[in-house]
Amino acid sequence: MDTLVYLKNVVTLQLDQQKCSGCKMCINVCPHEVFGFKDKKAFIAIKDHCMECGACKINCPEGAINVKTGVGCAAGVINGLLKGTEPSCDCSSKGNCC
Amino acid sequence: MLKREYIIGELDTIVGKVPQVSTTWSNTDVWSTIKVRWSIGRMNYKVKQGLYAVGNPDKSSSIFVTANYKLSFDHIRLALKGIDAWMLVLDTKGINVWCAAGKGTFGTKELSYRIKAHGLEKLVDHKKVIVPQLGAVGVAAHEVKSKTGFTVMYGPVLAEDIKAYISSGYKVTAEMRKVRFTLMDRVKLIPVELSYGKYYLLLVPAVFFILAGLNPHGYSIDLAWENGSLSIIYLLVAYFSGCVLTPLFLPWIPFRSFSLKGLFTGWLTAGIIFYFLSRSTNIIEIISWFLMMGSISSFLSMNFTGTSTYTSLSGVQKEMKISLPAQIIAAGIGFITWIILRFL
Ligand code: SF4
Ligand code: SF4
Repeated sequence: MDTLVYLKNVVTLQLDQQKCSGCKMCINVCPHEVFGFKDKKAFIAIKDHCMECGACKINCPEGAINVKTGVGCAAGVINGLLKGTEPSCDCSSKGNCC
Repeated sequence: MLKREYIIGELDTIVGKVPQVSTTWSNTDVWSTIKVRWSIGRMNYKVKQGLYAVGNPDKSSSIFVTANYKLSFDHIRLALKGIDAWMLVLDTKGINVWCAAGKGTFGTKELSYRIKAHGLEKLVDHKKVIVPQLGAVGVAAHEVKSKTGFTVMYGPVLAEDIKAYISSGYKVTAEMRKVRFTLMDRVKLIPVELSYGKYYLLLVPAVFFILAGLNPHGYSIDLAWENGSLSIIYLLVAYFSGCVLTPLFLPWIPFRSFSLKGLFTGWLTAGIIFYFLSRSTNIIEIISWFLMMGSISSFLSMNFTGTSTYTSLSGVQKEMKISLPAQIIAAGIGFITWIILRFL
């Protein structure tokens, strides 16, 4: 059980290869080996492994990556539903949150 | 306030006095880690933000950035045993690197501010800081560079890989970059999951216990004892199934969606209970318990998406859209059926 995979075909990750300068930053920060590298450009290799953490998006100097980020956690989604806001977890009250 | 036993001295530097930290565990550390895992008095687990020294660092020593959550801080200082280095502790309000980065408190702004505030460009001559990779969610390396001139290098995900990282000449291997979710990781999270229910864990069984005494002729304490205690067992089994079994056996339970995994463990345990323990129970009552136990286990398992390290928001939203109403309806029908059965 090396990699656990969550639901298929739901992830919002997008990469605009036109903008990519090949700096490999996205590869450095991704915790799930989502990106590959070919012809001096990054590409999305295994999209379903993405957890939408957004590390690649904010660290891409060219703004080539887009992903809808947020806490992938049920309590956060419920929290958001109750308050009518975006999903958010209340980290201060939980020892080891999302 | 915690006694700061992990401070063993003070170093005079060009930027002023810097506290020197110990790289070993004290008994207090061990005890406070146990408490924090069980979320007891968790507010005490902050360390003071700022600059710290490990060993006797100088101008060429590396700077490791971390959060002011005591466990994050501990992991780094213990991993740096035998190494001379600086530690830059960001003010994340006592929240770990991963959570704080998600919220942005462990982020570009705070990091750039501290690099400047602590005069790091005078302290070292290399202009590099090492940020744990999980902090990348909040830190934009290129912005830190343009704000401070410092290069952010993303270090390994796990503190225990720091030694290997340093000895390989600051190279992160693909292995070090990956976030895993091992059995051990999941075992450590179980206390957090178990403490999730808090007072509901007393309230809900109490309600069932009281209601169990209802009967067509009024109320019977004997019935409350008899059926009530059974109900409590069923509820606790469902709770255990969602909070312990699902996290523990996660990779081996069929289905990808957490709510289905929870339904699976919930029904499996319910099946075992009713097969071995309560065979003579009325079939309608068994169905009502399957509905309730399945929902409870499914809901609690779904909650584990919060601590798992691979679930995406889009995925969680997708599964919840169907499973949350299903859980509520199933639990509701189960509960009402169970109540009606009291009067038949
Ligand atoms: S971080 Fe952006 S520019 Fe750099 S390789 Fe990835 S996509 Fe390309
Ligand atoms: S959002 Fe996170 S998990 Fe997804 S590709 Fe980017 S860095 Fe990897």
